[in-house]
Amino acid sequence: MDLQTLTYLVVGASFALYIGIALASRARSTGEFYVAGKHVHPVANGMATAADWMSAASFISMAGLIAFLGYDGAVYLMGWTGGYVLLALLLAPYLRKFGKFTVPDFIGDRYDSQTARVVAVLCLILISFTYVAGQMRGVGIVFSRFLNVDISVGLFIGMAIVFFYAVLGGMKGITYTQVAQYWVLILAYLVPAVFISLQVTGTPIPQIAFGSPVVDGGGFLLEKLDRIVTELGFGAYTAGAKSRVDVFFITLALMIGTAGLPHVIVRFFTVPRVRDARMSAGWALLFIAILYTTAPAVGALARLNLTETIQPGPVGAVDGNLAYEDRPLWFKTWEDTGLLRFEDKNADGRIQYYDDTNSEFAETARGYGWRGNELGVDRDIMVLANPEIAGLPDWVIALVAAGGIAAALSTAAGLLLVISAAVSHDLLKSVFARDISERGELLAGRISAAVAILVAGYLGYNPPGFVAQVVALAFGLAAASLFPVILLGIFSVRVNKYGAVAGMLSGLIFTLSYIIYFKGVFVAPFAENVAANWLFGISPEGIGALGAVLNFAVATGVSALTPPPPAAVRELVERIRVPS
Amino acid sequence: MSTNKSNYWQDNLRLVRFCLTIWFVVSFGFGILLVDVLNQVQIGGVRLGFWFAQQGSIYAFVVLIFYYAWRMSVIDRAHGVNED
Repeated sequence: MDLQTLTYLVVGASFALYIGIALASRARSTGEFYVAGKHVHPVANGMATAADWMSAASFISMAGLIAFLGYDGAVYLMGWTGGYVLLALLLAPYLRKFGKFTVPDFIGDRYDSQTARVVAVLCLILISFTYVAGQMRGVGIVFSRFLNVDISVGLFIGMAIVFFYAVLGGMKGITYTQVAQYWVLILAYLVPAVFISLQVTGTPIPQIAFGSPVVDGGGFLLEKLDRIVTELGFGAYTAGAKSRVDVFFITLALMIGTAGLPHVIVRFFTVPRVRDARMSAGWALLFIAILYTTAPAVGALARLNLTETIQPGPVGAVDGNLAYEDRPLWFKTWEDTGLLRFEDKNADGRIQYYDDTNSEFAETARGYGWRGNELGVDRDIMVLANPEIAGLPDWVIALVAAGGIAAALSTAAGLLLVISAAVSHDLLKSVFARDISERGELLAGRISAAVAILVAGYLGYNPPGFVAQVVALAFGLAAASLFPVILLGIFSVRVNKYGAVAGMLSGLIFTLSYIIYFKGVFVAPFAENVAANWLFGISPEGIGALGAVLNFAVATGVSALTPPPPAAVRELVERIRVPS
Repeated sequence: MSTNKSNYWQDNLRLVRFCLTIWFVVSFGFGILLVDVLNQVQIGGVRLGFWFAQQGSIYAFVVLIFYYAWRMSVIDRAHGVNED
């Protein structure tokens, strides 16, 4: 059977599984549509949260990012896991005790203010749509690379599948498909990682391979990697290039942002009890950690494989570099996609891959007769091409395709659900159409989910130029707008609606302006995005952490100057602080 | 707030402070601020600071959440505010 047919079979089988689950778990009430009737077992919720959280970016891009960032890749590894500690200790149990359906529900009730509720909805929609556009794009890319269909067809199939289980099943349908998607994506990630660890280091466990010697000599994996990349002018793999200040703030912004993402928070509304919410966060992080502790090993192994393929002999020797006509099959396949690019600058018929931006290395390179770096590598191929680079069987490649699609679909569905709940529940039921019946609200929920899917599909097909640049935006905004007011709403009885609204708006506007100032969204950037121009040396990726600090300061300050919240609010806070 | 509930909340805050201290030390401490110092030590093929930044902190986070959940269920029962 050829690879194409096999891929169709594996991806098709995974779709059949998702649809079967969706049919078995249709939502019949608003409670089931928004929070799966609060009947989800904490371990199942942990798996669903893991699939919800790990997006196309985690699955496809992260290991590749780490492969090229080296030590600096730690910002993603710590940032995207450490947030769960904040979530488990500071938010999840109390929001579960609060017992309603959405994040704006809590902000609106706790601050006793429709303005606060609407501002929260605004932040939520901004965060979630930024995020979902990237997911739909991921679905399209995987389809077009592995199934050889047009990106629009891939998108359409993806939308149809999500439509089916999100609109019919609501949170209940999404939860159980996410459990299945977790298994598909984690298998698809681990199988190639185990094979490659075994090939390179002789140990099947990637986390151990990370600290092991390589089998073909040359010492420990990371030492060898440091040596061969510095010989080519690159920075040492274990050293990193970002400033410590920037690494600190990016990590903090990603942690706070993770804890403030509505589609993640709302998953903890679906378990039966407060203590289930605490345990469930632990399970979620455990399931996430399986992928997140494998990723740095995959990154290091992939970087080693790539470098050794291009530079099989000694650096500087004429025949030390791979001859272009001897390039392996996977090289040709990925050249066709445009994600690998070769340009023979010194016309020697061989590929030179080195850091030509390193001025200290420039003279050495000239001495070798090199005239510039000749290989362009898109970091996204590091995970997708891994099975081919390692020469793994076709079924592994088919599995990776199914895994990439599972990661993108599960996150997209979770995001679409919080968007639809924000519209049907927080805007209609709570503000603009308060006398709507339960059946009417459920119908409104389904319709807004359907509309959100169409918008997401459109954004995936015509991605606004800024999507790639504004991943930072979703985290920055979640960190600077929602997280601080939810936290203060639980741990302070004194912060009132004036503080909350002022805090959210100042955090939001500050973070948004800083990112637009350096990255330019809809307008051209106002200043060059370099460390010399940054405030306190913090890049736009890390500015959300400062935005959160500002939000805390403004919310507390304004509340101190205005009257305390009413007695009913104080009772609400005291109620959510205890489990029973 | 009754004294019982107030004591319960104080116990919770103490536990949260303890866990967040560890959270900060393993990630921002060992993985970022002290990374160069810890990198002087190498265990197996990995420098310790680098290991905390890319592996160790994540293991610590997982253990921390389960530890918090377990300690809280003990505190819940001690104050009679558990759910069953």
